[in-house]
Parts: sequence; C-alpha cells; structure tokens
Amino acid sequence: MKAILLSFLNFRESASGRVVPPSGFTAQLTVITSAAMAFLAVFALALSMATGRLAERWGNELARGSTVRISAPADQIDTQIAAALKVLETTPGVADARLLTAEEETDLLEPWFGPDLPLDTLPLPALIDIQEMPEGFDAEGLRLRLAGEAPGAVLDDHSRWRKPLLRAAERLRLLGVLSLLLIAGVTAGMITLAANAALAANGQVIRTLRLVGATDRFIAGAFVRRFTLRGLMGAVIGTLFGMVAVALLPSADGAGSFLTGLGFVGGQWVWPLTIPVLAALVAFAATRVAATQTLRRLM
Amino acid sequence: MIEFYDAGYGYGGRELLTEMSLTLAPGSFHFLTGPSGAGKTTFLKLCYRELQATAGRVSIFGEDTRSMGRDEVALLRRRIGVVHQDCQFLDHLSVAENVALPLTVSGLPRDHGDLSDLLAWVGLSEQIHARPPELSGGERQRAALARAVIMSPDVILADEPTGNVDWEMSLRLLQLLIELNRMGKTVVIATHDLHLIRQAKAQVAARVLRISNRRIQQSGADL
Ligand SMILES: Nc1ncnc2c1ncn2[C@@H]1O[C@H](COP(=O)(O)OP(=O)(O)O)[C@@H](O)[C@H]1O
Ligand SMILES: [Mg+2]
Repeated sequence: MKAILLSFLNFRESASGRVVPPSGFTAQLTVITSAAMAFLAVFALALSMATGRLAERWGNELARGSTVRISAPADQIDTQIAAALKVLETTPGVADARLLTAEEETDLLEPWFGPDLPLDTLPLPALIDIQEMPEGFDAEGLRLRLAGEAPGAVLDDHSRWRKPLLRAAERLRLLGVLSLLLIAGVTAGMITLAANAALAANGQVIRTLRLVGATDRFIAGAFVRRFTLRGLMGAVIGTLFGMVAVALLPSADGAGSFLTGLGFVGGQWVWPLTIPVLAALVAFAATRVAATQTLRRLM
Repeated sequence: MIEFYDAGYGYGGRELLTEMSLTLAPGSFHFLTGPSGAGKTTFLKLCYRELQATAGRVSIFGEDTRSMGRDEVALLRRRIGVVHQDCQFLDHLSVAENVALPLTVSGLPRDHGDLSDLLAWVGLSEQIHARPPELSGGERQRAALARAVIMSPDVILADEPTGNVDWEMSLRLLQLLIELNRMGKTVVIATHDLHLIRQAKAQVAARVLRISNRRIQQSGADL
C-alpha cells in the first residue's frame, strides 16, 4: 500500500508521468480552485456539525421536562390535581408524573422573587412535573383529556417552541450537507473542464503516444494521475486554511445560551481531514471519465 | 505477415486506392513508389492500422484488422516500427526519452546500456540530451528510426525516410534499414528516390511496389 502511494507521488518524476507536457497555468488554476472548494467545504462541514450538535442538545435537554399547571378555586384544587394525575398515569409516553411540594415550588421561584416570598398568601398554581419516555407523548390528545377531567389544568409542553427550532436546526444541517454535495459537484465539473482542456491541447501528444503503442489506459492514466495530484494538493492547502480559520472563530459558548459556535469539537476535527481524500477521489473519477470519453472520441 | 485481400481505401466518395491484393512476407524488403499524392502514406497507414480499408480486408500478423479492439491495435503497434514522414516527437522530452518512448508506454524498463548502443548505432550519441526541435533533418530521421526499432519489431515501415536529407545521409539510413532486414525484419520503404532503390538492389533482394492509377503494381526486377 505504501509502495503504491509512493510510486503514485513520485509519478511526476517518472518517465511515464512526463509523457504529457507540463501546462503551467491550467495546473495552477486547478490547484487554486481545488483549494478554494476545500476551504468552503470545511465551513459547510462545520455548519452541518454545529447544527447537528445543536439539534441533539435541544433534543436531549428539552425532551423530558413538561409540566402541568393547575389553577382552581381552593375547594376544587385537590380534586382537579387528583383527576389530572389520574389522566397522566394512563397517558402512553408519560414515564412519571409527580406533584411538586410547596418547598420545591418555593425553590423554583426563589431566583425570581427572592427568599422572603409569602407563599401562603399568593394564589400559586399547583405544578405537576412530567417525565417523558424517550418516544414522547401525544400533547394534543393529553390537552383534550385534561380539559375534560380538570378544567383548570394547562399543559406546558416545551415541544411547542422546541419543535420549530429543532426543525430549523435539522434544515440547516441538511443545507450544510447539500452544500458539501454541491461543492463536490462543482469540483468534479471544474476538474472535468480542466482535464478536457488538457486533453484537447495535447491532441498531437496523444496521437504520437498512440503511434508508438500506448493503450488508452496508459494515456488516460498520465492525465488522471496528474489531475488527481493537483486536486489533492489544492485540497490539502484549502483544508488547512479552512481549519485554521474555523479554529480562530470567536467562541459563542460563553454566552451560555443554546448557541454553540460554528466549529469542530474534539474528535470532530478528524472529519475535515477527509476532505482532501474525497477531493482526490472526485478528481480521479472526473478525469478518468473525461479521459476515457475523449480518447474514445479521438478515434 | 501483412496481407491485402482486394483491399481499397476511399474518402468522401473518392477512391484513392483500389483492388490491392498482395502479401508482405516475413523477412522481405519492399520499396513503395509512386508520385506525390498517389497514396504511399495511406498504404503504410493501412499496414499499421492507423487507417482501415474501406473495401476488401487487410490482415496483420494473421489477424483481420476490422475485428481488432483498441487495445489490440496498441499491442500491434508495438510489433511494428514506423518511421513517420514528419517524425512526430514529443518536443518537451529529450532525444533519448523520445527514442525510449515505446518502452515507456509498454511499461518496460529503459535499459540504459541498450539505449546508448542504439543511439550510437544511428550516430546520435552526442544528441542524447538535446530536444527534438534542436535536431537537423537527418538527425530527426535517424532518431525516428531508432525509436522505430527499439522494441525490436517484426516489421519496419519507413515513410520517405530520406525525404529531407542529403545523399550521404540517405545512404547511411538505407544501410541501417538493410542491416535490420538482414537481422530478419520485414522492411517497407516508401520513397520516390530511384537512385536509392538502385543502390539497395545491389545489396538485398528488394521488390518494388508501384502505385499508379490507384492500383499497386509489383515489379520484381527492373525499374
Ligand atoms: N481521409 C482523407 N481525407 C482527405 N484527404 C485524404 C484522406 N486520405 C488521403 N487523402 C489525400 O489523398 C492523397 C494521398 O495522400 P498520401 O497517402 O499522403 O500520398 P503520398 O504519401 O503518396 O504523397 C493526398 O492528397 C491526401 O490529401
Ligand atoms: Mg506521403
């Protein structure tokens, strides 16, 4: 494997690599475009990974944690609590439903109103904490049943605002993946154009090679290896610049919000390193198809 | 070795060569003559399947050229050395690399000893590192001959190898081709230089193929 790789990299120096004349400008253009595409790919990858993390975090933090709030006249409150608990017990997807004690409610409210809150004198609603099962419950159905059994009960279901956000994050992630595919497509197109230009410019060279017994495989190989190397070289440069740029982005974690900065976390830093490999594969395939078709057309 | 069966070649509705039936036997030495534009180059191209007969059929090494695949043609070219009328070198490579090109495309090792022997044989030892555009007409023809024989082919086709060189050099190139024929190679030389043909006939049993009136006529003895 190592030997193949080495012979591949030494190809520029070898006799069979030199049968195609060097073409300065096109070569540089291929390297530069490939570098630019790899740079963009790093950002697209960072975007889809960041939104992926975001979606996962929202999913985990908010999935379990709905509450039922009950406000009712003092003479009805206990019956309504009992009714609501009974409804919750028989709701599929609810793992546990528990009435918060007065102390717990005080703890919850303390950060907002201070320790000297005269709880007894305030008409505070009763709170039932719901632990969801991973698959979740049917919020609409539960809301309807609660309305029937305990008119003073209101379901605070975080999914009401969580779901659109999750959907947005997932859509963003999809856009990131789509961008990656587009970048790969543009790279393939660009390499195809450059390879076709090189093939057309070297018609006489190809004819001479044919006359001395070169197979299509040999001729195509000379072009394929050249463009694969250029694509790889450009992508390595672009990826490194892209990774440095992402690493230097200011972190948004300090804000303490749900926002996580655009970037890679821990092991995710390995992923951008696959971009040059993929770029080389794209260049290889694109040049191979272009060369095979062109050589067939040239008699 | 190479057989024509009532073969013809035409383009755009016009027949250039017709009704050719002949055999180029192994070890034979042929001259191909005819006025400019008669179709000498075309005939040679039919012999190495650069062109395909548009009528009849041509067989090379016992194989019908019509049924050959692209790779088979490439392999065929390795057994036929061609000295092209316009030489066709890769100008970005040195003379030595150009001469060794058939080895390179065949994936064979370039034996340096053999290569310098070959270049010495055609008198190009000094020009090993030169680029083709720096060579004189005669040097180009000799480099082309060296490239044509480096694979030790069974057949050597030379298209006006003495076209743009002086008499001295013509004799030298002829001598090289006669040497190759004595080694058992089949040689075909396209030329309209009658002096050259006479010179050769003194040394080898050369036959003359003359293209006239779109047909090939074989004449063994006189000119
Ligand atoms: N495919 C073709 N299309 C157009 N013209 C052709 C084609 N093949 C041969 N010719 C013409 O046929 C003539 C014979 O060419 P050629 O074989 O090179 O003759 P010679 O080598 O004897 O001078 C030339 O005028 C050439 O232009
Ligand atoms: Mg000619």
